[in-house]
Amino acid sequence: MGWINKQRNILDFALNSLLRRKGKNSALFVVYTGIIFLVSSIIFSSESIKRESQILLENSPEVVVQRTIAGRHDLIPEQYIGQLKSIRGVQEVKGRLWGYYFEPGVQANYTFVVPDEFLYGPGYIVIGNGVSKTFLAGKGDILPFKTLDGSYTSLEVADILSPDSEIVSSDLILLSEYDFRKVTGMQKGFYTDMILKVRNTRELQAITDKIRRILPDTRPITRNEIMRTYEAIFDWRSGILLAVISGAAFAFIIFAWDKATGLSSEEKKEIGILKGIGWETSDVLFMKTWEGLIISLSAFFLGVFFAYIHIYFASAFLFMPVLKGWSVLYPEFRLVPFLDMFQITTIFFLTVAPYTVATIIPSWRAATIDPDSVMRL
Amino acid sequence: MLSRKSDFFIAFLVICLMLLLLMTVHAAFSVRHAMPNIQAKARMVRGLHLTDLSLFTDARYTRHPSMADLHTAFQDHPMSFEHFPSGAIVFPPSHIHSYGLDQ
Repeated sequence: MGWINKQRNILDFALNSLLRRKGKNSALFVVYTGIIFLVSSIIFSSESIKRESQILLENSPEVVVQRTIAGRHDLIPEQYIGQLKSIRGVQEVKGRLWGYYFEPGVQANYTFVVPDEFLYGPGYIVIGNGVSKTFLAGKGDILPFKTLDGSYTSLEVADILSPDSEIVSSDLILLSEYDFRKVTGMQKGFYTDMILKVRNTRELQAITDKIRRILPDTRPITRNEIMRTYEAIFDWRSGILLAVISGAAFAFIIFAWDKATGLSSEEKKEIGILKGIGWETSDVLFMKTWEGLIISLSAFFLGVFFAYIHIYFASAFLFMPVLKGWSVLYPEFRLVPFLDMFQITTIFFLTVAPYTVATIIPSWRAATIDPDSVMRL
Repeated sequence: MLSRKSDFFIAFLVICLMLLLLMTVHAAFSVRHAMPNIQAKARMVRGLHLTDLSLFTDARYTRHPSMADLHTAFQDHPMSFEHFPSGAIVFPPSHIHSYGLDQ
């Protein structure tokens, strides 16, 4: 009990001491909270999108085979299906039909996708929510599409994909093979690329090697590579954001370092008086540790809470302009809080620990010198 | 009851810890709540054989980064600057590295 009471007294003293230097400490507190808010926002948002994309892309094709000519992606002929099927370990080969469509009226790029089985048949399309919003089109509306020969073909909107799926479907236009070939001009017997299903995923490496050997003009892309690409994108993106805020972070570090390591003569005198009236070195150290903890813990909690609200309740509105780029069709989606203790502990040790440690060292130096010489400063 | 400044601070810390706990509980519930929707999207990815997220529709290599060809980085000109803002925040696909083109 005695020890707890002593700590409470020291805590009272530390709080009073901080309040005596209100201006400087509140400025430090605001900047500190702001930095923790930004770092936490970046960690929360990148983790969320990374985890969600991982779950989604685990369902992407096992292998995509692209044909490349002169370094550019080219259409792949139907005959390749037979050659790919002949590779041992390949279970199924399908041609994929997809492509882009630029709509000058709304200055947006859409993605055409032909499903394996399109229930509505020729003359109809199913559109993503982003397409519906930019085209201002609803169920039953007829949309014109410019075909390769310059004429227009009209397709009726049979359905709109759920707005909840915007992260994967915002710009999609699903249509029949007939309409796709009519609009894009892609000849029969050709596909955009091919997808493979393999019997045993452990044989993937051997299968992709074989594909490269028997079809040297193709490039196999595995599901693993797709997932790694997205992991890299989100790491890179959070890295870019961190680089953007690093200027502010460095300014804070200099400010905090100056505040934490260089005790003012007034503070040194205070320590001298405390020692003069009987405080022990350990008490002075406790007092300074409490001062550091009061500022850093409060800033940590508030910064983390604000970041959580910013990312998961306010749709990360501060980051959106950076993320959207020039996309007309940026999907509206709510990030899911895949929060774990690891993220919280990372933020804690990145922010609270360094500041608290930095405040103790100069205080220990000041607390161990002779009180008489400190008071004479 | 709260007569001293230290009492207020300790109460503040307790409230913060409770809020942190509440935050993790909220996160766990949100994930559980969102799972059916995520699974529906995963089914869509599987059914339509999708390879990419519809995040940046500016250019084909930002819409489908995993399908970008090996020359994407210099597609307009070997010395050209990146044209689209998204290009600055979309990392080059990993297979570009695996082909050793950056060496």
